[in-house]
Amino acid sequence: MLFSLEQELPPVLPHRAEEKAPLLKPCDGTSPPSVLNPSLPSSATNPGTNMTDSKYFTTTKKGEIFELKAELNSDKKEKKKEAVKKVIASMTVGKDVSALFPDVVNCMQTDNLELKKLVYLYLMNYAKSQPDMAIMAVNTFVKDCEDPNPLIRALAVRTMGCIRVDKITEYLCEPLRKCLKDEDPYVRKTAAVCVAKLHDINAQLVEDQGFLDTLKDLISDSNPMVVANAVAALSEIAESHPSSNLLDLNPQSINKLLTALNECTEWGQIFILDCLANYMPKDDREAQSICERVTPRLSHANSAVVLSAVKVLMKFMEMLSKDLDYYSTLLKKLAPPLVTLLSAEPELQYVALRNINLIVQKRPEILKHEMKVFFVKYNDPIYVKLEKLDIMIRLASQANIAQVLAELKEYATEVDVDFVRKAVRAIGRCAIKVEQSAERCVSTLLDLIQTKVNYVVQEAIVVIKDIFRKYPNKYESVIATLCENLDSLDEPEARAAMIWIVGEYAERIDNADELLESFLEGFHDESTQVQLQLLTAIVKLFLKKPTETQELVQQVLSLATQDSDNPDLRDRGYIYWRLLSTDPVAAKEVVLAEKPLISEETDLIEPTLLDELICYIGTLASVYHKPPSAFVEGSRGVVHKSLPPRTGSSESAESPETAPTGAPPSEQPAVIPAQGDLLGDLLNLDLGPPVSGPPLTTAPVQMGAVDLLGGGLDSLMGDESEGPRGDVSGSPAMGGANFAAPPAGTMPANLGAPLGGGLGDLFDLAGGVGTLSGSYVAPKAVWLPAMKAKGLEISGTFSRQVGSISMDLLLTNKALQVMSDFAIQFNRNSFGLAPAAPLQVHAPLSPNQTVEISLPLNTVGSVMKMDPLNNLQVAVKNNIDVFYFSTLYPLHILFVEDGKMERQMFLATWKDIPNENEAQFQIKDCPLNAEAVSSKLQGSNIFTIAKRNVEGQDMLYQSLKLTNGIWVLAELRVQPGNPTFTLSLKCRAPEVSQHVYQAYETILKN
Amino acid sequence: MIHSLFLINCSGDIFLEKHWKSVVSQSVCDYFFEAQEKAADVENVPPVISTPHHYLISIYRDKLFFVSVIQTEVPPLFVIEFLHRVADTFQDYFGECSEAAIKDNVVIVYELLEEMLDNGFPLATESNILKELIKPPTILRSVVNSITGSSNVGDTLPTGQLSNIPWRRAGVKYTNNEAYFDVIEEIDAIIDKSGSTVFAEIQGVIDACIKLSGMPDLSLSFMNPRLLDDVSFHPCIRFKRWESERVLSFIPPDGNFRLISYRVSSQNLVAIPVYVKHNISFKENSSCGRFDITIGPKQNMGKTVEGITVTVHMPKVVLNMNLTPTQGSYTFDPVTKVLTWDIGKITPQKLPSLKGLVNLQSGAPKPEENPSLNIQFKIQQLAISGLKVNRLDMYGEKYKPFKGVKYITKAGKFQVRT
Repeated sequence: MLFSLEQELPPVLPHRAEEKAPLLKPCDGTSPPSVLNPSLPSSATNPGTNMTDSKYFTTTKKGEIFELKAELNSDKKEKKKEAVKKVIASMTVGKDVSALFPDVVNCMQTDNLELKKLVYLYLMNYAKSQPDMAIMAVNTFVKDCEDPNPLIRALAVRTMGCIRVDKITEYLCEPLRKCLKDEDPYVRKTAAVCVAKLHDINAQLVEDQGFLDTLKDLISDSNPMVVANAVAALSEIAESHPSSNLLDLNPQSINKLLTALNECTEWGQIFILDCLANYMPKDDREAQSICERVTPRLSHANSAVVLSAVKVLMKFMEMLSKDLDYYSTLLKKLAPPLVTLLSAEPELQYVALRNINLIVQKRPEILKHEMKVFFVKYNDPIYVKLEKLDIMIRLASQANIAQVLAELKEYATEVDVDFVRKAVRAIGRCAIKVEQSAERCVSTLLDLIQTKVNYVVQEAIVVIKDIFRKYPNKYESVIATLCENLDSLDEPEARAAMIWIVGEYAERIDNADELLESFLEGFHDESTQVQLQLLTAIVKLFLKKPTETQELVQQVLSLATQDSDNPDLRDRGYIYWRLLSTDPVAAKEVVLAEKPLISEETDLIEPTLLDELICYIGTLASVYHKPPSAFVEGSRGVVHKSLPPRTGSSESAESPETAPTGAPPSEQPAVIPAQGDLLGDLLNLDLGPPVSGPPLTTAPVQMGAVDLLGGGLDSLMGDESEGPRGDVSGSPAMGGANFAAPPAGTMPANLGAPLGGGLGDLFDLAGGVGTLSGSYVAPKAVWLPAMKAKGLEISGTFSRQVGSISMDLLLTNKALQVMSDFAIQFNRNSFGLAPAAPLQVHAPLSPNQTVEISLPLNTVGSVMKMDPLNNLQVAVKNNIDVFYFSTLYPLHILFVEDGKMERQMFLATWKDIPNENEAQFQIKDCPLNAEAVSSKLQGSNIFTIAKRNVEGQDMLYQSLKLTNGIWVLAELRVQPGNPTFTLSLKCRAPEVSQHVYQAYETILKN
Repeated sequence: MIHSLFLINCSGDIFLEKHWKSVVSQSVCDYFFEAQEKAADVENVPPVISTPHHYLISIYRDKLFFVSVIQTEVPPLFVIEFLHRVADTFQDYFGECSEAAIKDNVVIVYELLEEMLDNGFPLATESNILKELIKPPTILRSVVNSITGSSNVGDTLPTGQLSNIPWRRAGVKYTNNEAYFDVIEEIDAIIDKSGSTVFAEIQGVIDACIKLSGMPDLSLSFMNPRLLDDVSFHPCIRFKRWESERVLSFIPPDGNFRLISYRVSSQNLVAIPVYVKHNISFKENSSCGRFDITIGPKQNMGKTVEGITVTVHMPKVVLNMNLTPTQGSYTFDPVTKVLTWDIGKITPQKLPSLKGLVNLQSGAPKPEENPSLNIQFKIQQLAISGLKVNRLDMYGEKYKPFKGVKYITKAGKFQVRT
């Protein structure tokens, strides 16, 4: 009997949930239950046996609720307590015991703390389902809040907040107000959390009652635990109120927080550190002093504290000058705690690894000597293995590549298929990343192919294709080995890779036609990816060995164009067909054009996103590598975070680059992420899953025509960038720089015409859109006032229409005599602008007469760099005198119509241009949305190549080309509702950036 | 913050749920079960799972899943750390963290969970404080309680809760005052085929058992503190003293706790106490293979290596193994394909070996991968890094405590590739 209290509890729990339903009805207790209960044996309906049945009933499990009810109403305290415990026990396993609500609440008024706590537990669970009855509890709460024992006061205020019933909340305000000012810090800290609870239930009430201000005051509380909880509560409330300045931190409050940081519990430290991370120090000295005080947290046993501290340090480090000794000390201090995280439980390791992945991308120097800790142990969980592998590749360098490769080879023979695949891929990535290792990687891959393990072979072939792309004409000797494995390939990606190889190197493979023909047999069963690749490969083969493969190419073209429903395939087929039938020479130039090298690291996170994610270290965002707005439920009020700009150092002065791209350019490759995110999605049409159709058709509407074609063509050439752009806008220069092969403009001139003719009808649509509106033309301004030119006033502007530049002049005779014999001449200028025709004023200009002239210009004049760059010095002569003036022309008149760069080319170029050449500008007060922006810019020959949405901001990737062949690449960030855009320009000739920016501004604002 | 917690056993039954905010339906766990099914092995269930409305962050401990439900952006490490703390607390209270123990003490579990978290914010997680609030169950106590009518729930505010040293309660009294420290080092290593070390590091901890009355202030110093350059401290340690003097100065919690953990990674400092000679081969186109391993002592600082166990996950095509050990005993489980060889001590005169034949599934291709050997061992009275405690001083109290330090070295994740 004595032991029964604890030990026998669980066995007597009711077991079958479905039996509860009928029991709820007789809960009011008085009528005999058997009558109401339909599930009883038929004998139950017999009045004669009623007594026994009822007895039988109570002995079954069905009677438990009654039993409990009786016990709850018992006079004996012990029995009551036991009954409540049984009720709680049922509750913990998710059983519905809400029917006992009134009976349990009746036990609430007791001086036995355990009983009280148990009742509170019950209340919290069921108050919501019985709101009317829950009111019964209010009095007790109010009374308990006055109790002399702080434990009881705190318990009451804690429980109150958990009762999520609207009716009750208003009764809670007074007790809560008192508790927030309680003399006992334990009560205050509990009350602080209660404000957050209440806010969750009824935000308006909390604001009206002024609890938020009280909460803010608690940040200055003398007790660190109270401070920590106030910070936690405020942070939670702030999350749903992004605009409110709840956590308005200033140096004083920061000091308070830093003091509390040393003294509060580990959990409190996490809240405070996370809060600190949102602070923006005013200068580098403040940043350093905060860092100094946060650093000891790196040695905390709690990994969450460590990671939150890392976040603060990573963020504030941005502000420190790299020349400081402290900067390098800090870098050194960051490595050990990060490594230590990897010896914790696997779940912690996983989260740590995801974060380390970000840190390694941002500051590779921190962990560059720690490669070995990322070596995979064979009993690591698979999710840890995959993450470690990823980081290993990021850390791979010439110094450690031998070790890395040896490890990777080891992994490639493990059991887990996913892991093995990734390991094989990693070997390929190493080859591409570290040139010195390429040879060894290739031989390792060949060894692996020899194993004949199916999935290993397939992965190896996919990566070898990339290696060919990176190091052309180096490793082609292995092709024979690859061909041996042709039959074993059953995955689309591997088949596509193999077909690409066969097509690309058709001239070296004797039986290339046979090989490709064998694939052709099952053409319709292949995935789109393979079909597209096969089409291209056969066309390549035909161009290389036209005599013996005519039939084959006919066959594939008809398969692609006539028997396929896939628009990508059909379009590609038609284009090849046209090309081949119109001008095989051109076709050869197009299809077999030299391909740009692929970039080194294709999977880096885009720098702006990376910077943002660094601000979210330790959070879910860092695990998913996405900004919170991209996945947090409802994304209510997620504030966009960014790293602080570096201050106080000389760096910001040196370059126009105000963007917070911390690491020096040499260490941080500017990257356009490939597969999987960003542009990659757009570019990846071929390599992606077969459902690549929909993204094409959802292209922005206003550029529909262009994009439909562009998209189709890109997918046609996307993976190889071997052909012209889809959106050639009908300009005569359509050959030229459209080709990937550098240098731009080396295309044979004869190509343009026939191509234009042949493809003309296909491109009509595109051609129209690009030039419909023409460039923006500024209103005419007075260039030469009459006073300075003996009565001749010249005003004018520049315009560009359908590929030709003109200077639109307004000549006014304000003198008293007739003017005649006009002539014009330009001084040498930066872009070689010169009049294409003499200035023709047909009749002499009589006094007060005005004549409007459009002077066509070309850009073949002599070139001299001017300062400013767009300065143009003009001499105008008439019968009276020669006058000189200078004017600035807007740069956009020099933007040529074929300035749309091929996407792959864009990627490669963006990467290729060093970071020092990047310039960032703000375009203010521009109320347009992304669509409007890109169509407006397109009118002036600034072409949007890709568009992407990142946490609500539109990123437009654009290109333009100047008449002298200089390419300018742009990334324009447009945030809906925010009239300020951010423009990043990259160009090999950075001096034009400023003027391009001005052109942007002019175009967008007019 | 943490919204709800579900405890799930290996067969997929949810046997306890606790909600700190509104009630979240059990059905949310379906996403977890889905992931579990996909992962095949219980240990491979990803710790963070996203569902349309919630995030599930889980840990796997003692054959139980602790699955927490999150609704807002929250640091996952915080959640994982907390869940481990919950499991530690159960372990501490009930002696084991098992389904049976939790079910037997379901009310205490519920009270504990309520005390540990408020609105998703951790409230009291220090074992010292919790034990003052809710007394651990003992048979004796339940007898006493039922006679005297007292309860398991403390009715005064725990003293440590708000002091600067929340980890220690006031008024501790012992008749025997003792302070014991265990320096435990685990060697994590990967040894490649040829026997050279690919990777090795030492994970060390100092666990303390302190039973001292009053408010003792301890200083622990080392002979060679410079070994410790990567350390994680219990919050009680004064970081400044360590920074300046390399002395661990602290007011200890009462009872058992982990004082510091540290990592020694510099490769030349990590001695590898055993070596393995192995020859495992499978013949092409035949249904058998050879298996031969010998284990011997290497750098063991003159101490005996004992408690040696070798575990090998054999490839799937292995049907059975016919081996002869020169020492100890071996078992092979044909279902899980795990070979376990329990060796015991190494005597250098006669090195233990295990030799014999491996039966393979006939017709199946010979396995690509060679199995890794997983080795467990123990060396008493040795910290392999060479770390040595110099002295322990106590201030603030007048009595003279018993003091003791014990060293032990073990294999951690010690893996030999073949």
